[in-house]
Amino acid sequence: MLTEKYPDEVNKILAKYPEDRKRSAIMPLLYLALRDNDHITNDVIRDIAAITGSSETQVEGVVGFYTLYHDEKGGKHYIQICTDLPCALRGADQFAEQAKDYLGCGFEETTADGKITLEHVMCLAACDKAPMFQLQNGKGIFYHENQDIESFKALVDELRSEADA
Amino acid sequence: MAEQVFRILRHRNPGMENIAELDEYIKHGGFETFKKVVTTMTQKEVIDTVKAAGLRGRGGAGFPTGLKWGFLTPNKYPRYVVANTDESEPGTFKDREILTGNPFQFLEGLMIASFAAEANVAYNYCRGEFWELVQIMDEKVAQLEERGLLGDNLFGTDYSLRVYNHLGAGAYICGEESALLNSLEGKLGQPRIKPPFPADTGLYDMPTIVNNTETLANVPLIMEHGADWYKEEGTEKSAGTKIMCISGHAKNPGNYEVPLGTTLRELLYDIAGGIADDKDLKAILPSGASAPMIPATDKVLDTELTYEAMRDIGTELGSASIILMDETVNMAWAAAKATAFFKHESCGKCTPCREGTFWMNSIMKRVEAGKASMDDVNTLYDVAGNIQGKCLCALGEFSINPVRSSIDLFKADYQERVA
Repeated sequence: MLTEKYPDEVNKILAKYPEDRKRSAIMPLLYLALRDNDHITNDVIRDIAAITGSSETQVEGVVGFYTLYHDEKGGKHYIQICTDLPCALRGADQFAEQAKDYLGCGFEETTADGKITLEHVMCLAACDKAPMFQLQNGKGIFYHENQDIESFKALVDELRSEADA
Repeated sequence: MAEQVFRILRHRNPGMENIAELDEYIKHGGFETFKKVVTTMTQKEVIDTVKAAGLRGRGGAGFPTGLKWGFLTPNKYPRYVVANTDESEPGTFKDREILTGNPFQFLEGLMIASFAAEANVAYNYCRGEFWELVQIMDEKVAQLEERGLLGDNLFGTDYSLRVYNHLGAGAYICGEESALLNSLEGKLGQPRIKPPFPADTGLYDMPTIVNNTETLANVPLIMEHGADWYKEEGTEKSAGTKIMCISGHAKNPGNYEVPLGTTLRELLYDIAGGIADDKDLKAILPSGASAPMIPATDKVLDTELTYEAMRDIGTELGSASIILMDETVNMAWAAAKATAFFKHESCGKCTPCREGTFWMNSIMKRVEAGKASMDDVNTLYDVAGNIQGKCLCALGEFSINPVRSSIDLFKADYQERVA
């Protein structure tokens, strides 16, 4: 339960919005829940619905609509490569193919060790620093810019060598 | 020789070492303007000054900012100001650099706008992918609270203001202001039927101003130096400077701040150093995936970057996300990329956009696979026509621009790919 585990954060989030508009807190609370969950579970949905006075359907709708909330179990880390037009003009498609080969999985798939899910995503507002991707995990969302396959391999090796928490 | 003019990217004072730090920003006069506005000016005086400066919305639409502020429904409170930092147009990466490099000038602009709107709460809505940046922005806001620049009874007046950062979670559509407001309310980010407009029925159904991040970063300078000073750069109808995001086949991709009215040739070749590997430029998408592409002819290159002149050549300045494509690019491929984007980002509310982008994407995939005929390309053009003018927001309208313009201008590129 978020209110038990992160009481200060929950209160801080709720304080940002009017008393009678707690539904606005759904999105920030979902981010808070992702600290400890690699995807949004039904328990999380029930919890956030209760905190914000919303229906579970309303919370589920938000989870389904926005791409950064995953509702199915994936890897511990998500690597999300931008292959949109500006990045593609700077070699992002070739970079993505190399990334797939190194991970041994395709887009929207998870590596055999269950550690990394690879996704291709739309423009991340870093077009001048392509190829680039973002790393999403329990700690947050982090940009990796001006990438090549060597820097990608180095990061993947580091993630793979992490001890399981 | 054309050159950059730094008003936003590196603030007005080139001697500033690290303007992202509050002490440095204050040392160079930061927040003096906010104090002057709150302690000595009326709301109307602020709005009139911004109107007189001719500032136009930098998010894409180019709507006069002061006019937008003046539309707020009288005697209806509370009111809100929302900064649109949802920056998601392919090829746009300016707002992220403003928040990274000059966050306090943006915040001061947001705070002055809030005073002008008689709003006591402002939100900075950032796209979810800016997660790291928002952790920093939360610290910046906390610093302002500690210094008494945000909070209750500012500078001993009865004006109080709180600013909150709010993260989206991955949805291009939330850059559309009514979808953004729905998202901020914890709902699906889908556009609302207008009217009523946000100036009357905005966030939580109250009068609300939504302005782009870059627009707001202009405001402290206008209020510090006055409207006439502001208009010294730019043209009569497109005043001031604009951050141009240059991406794709540029030799030096990045953000360039230049006076509006600079020509494409000056920007691309004199200032940004031309095309990568000195290849020939074939076509330009001047406003990301959203506006019609234009061929790299002399007429196009000699066009001034203003809201009006770009419209005169059949496209838009928009958010000035200028994607360059050299002679090696097949424009059917480029249009296919843009179409895949819109298909993914259509929010699904309006049938012509939801279904239209889906079918355009299906045909584009066939073209890319070499399995389409020219009849398919004609069908593609026709599907685009059936989206036009039939959707609640501009996304549907945007989606047809790269498709139709690429077929109109570069039919040979399609012929090369069809079976």
